[in-house]
Amino acid sequence: MNDTDLRTMVTVADARARARLADDLVRAAADRDGLIDVAVGTVASPIGELYVAVTPKGLACVGFDDQDRVALAERFAEGLSPRVVASARATDDVRRQLDEYFGGARRRFEVTVDHRLMSPFVREVMAQTAKVPYGEVSTYGAVAAAIRHPDAARAVGAALGSNPIPIVLPCHRIVGASGKLTGYAGGLHRKEFLLRLEGDPTLFHG
Amino acid sequence: MGTRTPPPFERFLDVHGPSVLGFLVGAVGRDHADDAYQETFLSALRAYPRVRDDGRLDRWILRIASRTAIDHHRARARRAEPRATVPDRPLAGPEPPDDALLAAVAALPPKQRAAVVLRHLLDRPYPEIAEILGSTEEAARANVRAGLATLRERV
Repeated sequence: MNDTDLRTMVTVADARARARLADDLVRAAADRDGLIDVAVGTVASPIGELYVAVTPKGLACVGFDDQDRVALAERFAEGLSPRVVASARATDDVRRQLDEYFGGARRRFEVTVDHRLMSPFVREVMAQTAKVPYGEVSTYGAVAAAIRHPDAARAVGAALGSNPIPIVLPCHRIVGASGKLTGYAGGLHRKEFLLRLEGDPTLFHG
Repeated sequence: MGTRTPPPFERFLDVHGPSVLGFLVGAVGRDHADDAYQETFLSALRAYPRVRDDGRLDRWILRIASRTAIDHHRARARRAEPRATVPDRPLAGPEPPDDALLAAVAALPPKQRAAVVLRHLLDRPYPEIAEILGSTEEAARANVRAGLATLRERV
């Protein structure tokens, strides 16, 4: 009887592989028992895999594939709840709607939104942004004026850049006064893709 | 101690899953390890919103696992099932374990079994084993000593 004998009972690699299978049992039971506060999941899209987070209050986050998911999950833990667990079921509706949007079959998202990852100002800016319909654009200045902060175009830009729920809350539809795309937290190539998908409205703007 | 929010539960599973499963395979046997694993992490998830990360979450989850293991043996005893004298299914893998050893470990009293597994499978130092089992360090040492003595006799 020595250490080596005992360790052969479970090799490290074996435990790791088995644990990954057992994790799925834990996730399923957590879902069944209502113990998931932040359900996370992924969905493929033409602008890269999206990482979504859904709480009982609604959709809290859509992350792009070049965002650090460990950091995002930590933000959920801090700002929502540490009970962050992968769940295909709880994220299914949002993932399906995103699929339909990218397939051109959906122009409006029918989801409730969990605003807890936004400051009051960001929330206000996003509420205004959400009024811009599919296929149209507005400007930073117009959003600033609409929320009665006409001089705050720059702050509006920063607020849009911190939007935790891009695509669904359509910050990509806000462009510069000249009609230039100017900026997008997910990268200008994504903003351009989304606007093209919606019919390239910048062509007709101004 | 620190009072940080614990890591996202997915990360917690990822980090601690393998050692918890390793412990449970030793402490309740392969056939019951998956159930005990699920029970352990569900208990943790229930308590998780109130947990603060003080840098000792590894011991916290092993404490839950050892309680789960000991409860498992108590429940089996109540149901008057014969204690495993036949080894759990042998491991699939490059290094098949010694059936006699597995059987001998399975036949140890639950607390000795947990202590032996923590010391010799997970390499935990005695102060941590004591913390996990909720005993004194001396009691942890005594449990390991007694368990090993029995194993030496039987194997």
